[in-house]
Amino acid sequence: MALLTGALVGPVHIGLGEVLQSIVARLPFAHVDSPLSPTQESILWDIRLPRVVLGALVGAMLAVAGASYQGVFHNPLADPYLLGVAAGAGLGATIAVVYMPHGLGVLPPAAFVGASLAVATAYAIGRSAGRGSGGATLVLAGVTVASFFTAVQTFVQQQHSDTLQEVYSWILGRLPSSGWRDVVILLPYVVVAITGILLHRRLLDVLSVGDEEAASLGVHVGQVRLVVVLCATVGTAAAVSVSGLIGFVGIIVPHAIRLVAGPSYRLLLPLSVLVGAGFLVLADVIARTALSPAELPIGVVTAFFGAPFFAVVLRTSRRMAS
Amino acid sequence: MISANRVIVELGGRNVVDGVSFSVEHGEWVTLIGPNGAGKTSLMRAVAGLVEHEGTIALDGRPIAELGRRELARRVAIVPQVPSMPAGMTIREYVLLGRTPYISYVGREGSHDLAAVEDALARLDLETLGGRQLGSLSGGERQRAVLARALAQQAPLLLLDEPTTALDAGRMQEVLELVDELRLEAGLTVLAAMHDLTSAGQYASRLLLLSGGRVVAQGAAAEVLTEPLIAEHYGARVRVVDGAVIPVRA
Repeated sequence: MALLTGALVGPVHIGLGEVLQSIVARLPFAHVDSPLSPTQESILWDIRLPRVVLGALVGAMLAVAGASYQGVFHNPLADPYLLGVAAGAGLGATIAVVYMPHGLGVLPPAAFVGASLAVATAYAIGRSAGRGSGGATLVLAGVTVASFFTAVQTFVQQQHSDTLQEVYSWILGRLPSSGWRDVVILLPYVVVAITGILLHRRLLDVLSVGDEEAASLGVHVGQVRLVVVLCATVGTAAAVSVSGLIGFVGIIVPHAIRLVAGPSYRLLLPLSVLVGAGFLVLADVIARTALSPAELPIGVVTAFFGAPFFAVVLRTSRRMAS
Repeated sequence: MISANRVIVELGGRNVVDGVSFSVEHGEWVTLIGPNGAGKTSLMRAVAGLVEHEGTIALDGRPIAELGRRELARRVAIVPQVPSMPAGMTIREYVLLGRTPYISYVGREGSHDLAAVEDALARLDLETLGGRQLGSLSGGERQRAVLARALAQQAPLLLLDEPTTALDAGRMQEVLELVDELRLEAGLTVLAAMHDLTSAGQYASRLLLLSGGRVVAQGAAAEVLTEPLIAEHYGARVRVVDGAVIPVRA
């Protein structure tokens, strides 16, 4: 439903039947002609659908990464940016904009490298400082690295204030309308990361009784945490490299699902994929139509509409529980 | 079953278990007693492979250091002092966690695992409560759920770390009777740590009195639960009457 809404809404009217017929016309062995004009075809297939699919991939990735971080760190406030992904990606993006010619072109890979570097540093510090102390040391290491990377980013920005707007427009998050290229780049990362996380959904349930009890049940807690964090981080780094920093999805979607469907990761993780995808696609529809023809940063929309929505879910579930 | 030889556990630069040797036979119930900080919980954690130790702890002749984590979990089930029980999880989901050592890394539980869960629920009279959330259970029901999870683990050795701490007298008796019943029915070996000396003496075939990380006395309840030993190691004035340890006011 969300994907169709994303495909239907825009300045140029294209009806539901026309969209469906155009999609069917592209299926092999379907002898149906598209009812759309060449311009409408181009709007649907080169602008709207790639953006809708990209939004679905980013939303699914952020939501499932947030849920899995909350599981491995036993921390309900953990989000996909916990170990420094946001700060690392922000620094990478800033360096690309400030120092590299054609900076916007190399921004996604630079953000990806920055995010990966930040989390790898946090992991190295956490491991060396807190062997056997569970996830708390790792989280503290993430906070430390994030603070450092943010400080460097702020310094670089202060030195080149002419680039502030470009950097901030990326930091506030937006889904680019650059055709299928970003989808093709992002897809393998997201598929591998989500598959890896979903394969661990039973073990995340075991981890919910704490590290020591999980170990007594035969689980290599450190190994599970490493693999899940690796999957979530790589997927998140890839997602933010094309979408910028979209906040709130990684916390609000998993918690809303928990309130309705319970805490089991067997259900929570697949539902996070679906709900995260739908949530971000709908948020993007609002972002590009609320002040049309101007666009709102999608991160502003996710927080503005997400917070009241979450409050309603929280209130309803508490009432039902009592 | 358990053979421990000169076991040392160091925590924070201090030997909290300091050269302890003991053994437990198949089907036996041995209880560790001792004042706070005596090393009971650390020794239990060492037997479960949850804390590094020096010396040797062997299960049926095999040092636990040689056993993988999954293999060890198939042999040792532990009921922790303060079990972590996610409030929104149902009893059935929680008991299913006990099957973890039998399920491959990314595998799913099979019909055999589900049957073991139903069997554990039935043994603890929890069949009708299987769908209840852990957050809604009373103290006694929670303890039965934890025992059911340990039972689903189908490990021959059951470690009980202060299993009755949060229970009233009736629930405490119920839980200990249940454990003894399971021991006899399922042929389990039990190693427990307890503060309630009277109950410890009533249910264990042998007691090990730990103090300062060392074994200072061991044997049948009548040999260990004596007024001088309790006064020396607990600093408590008590009278022991027919196995009951009764505090005496000054």
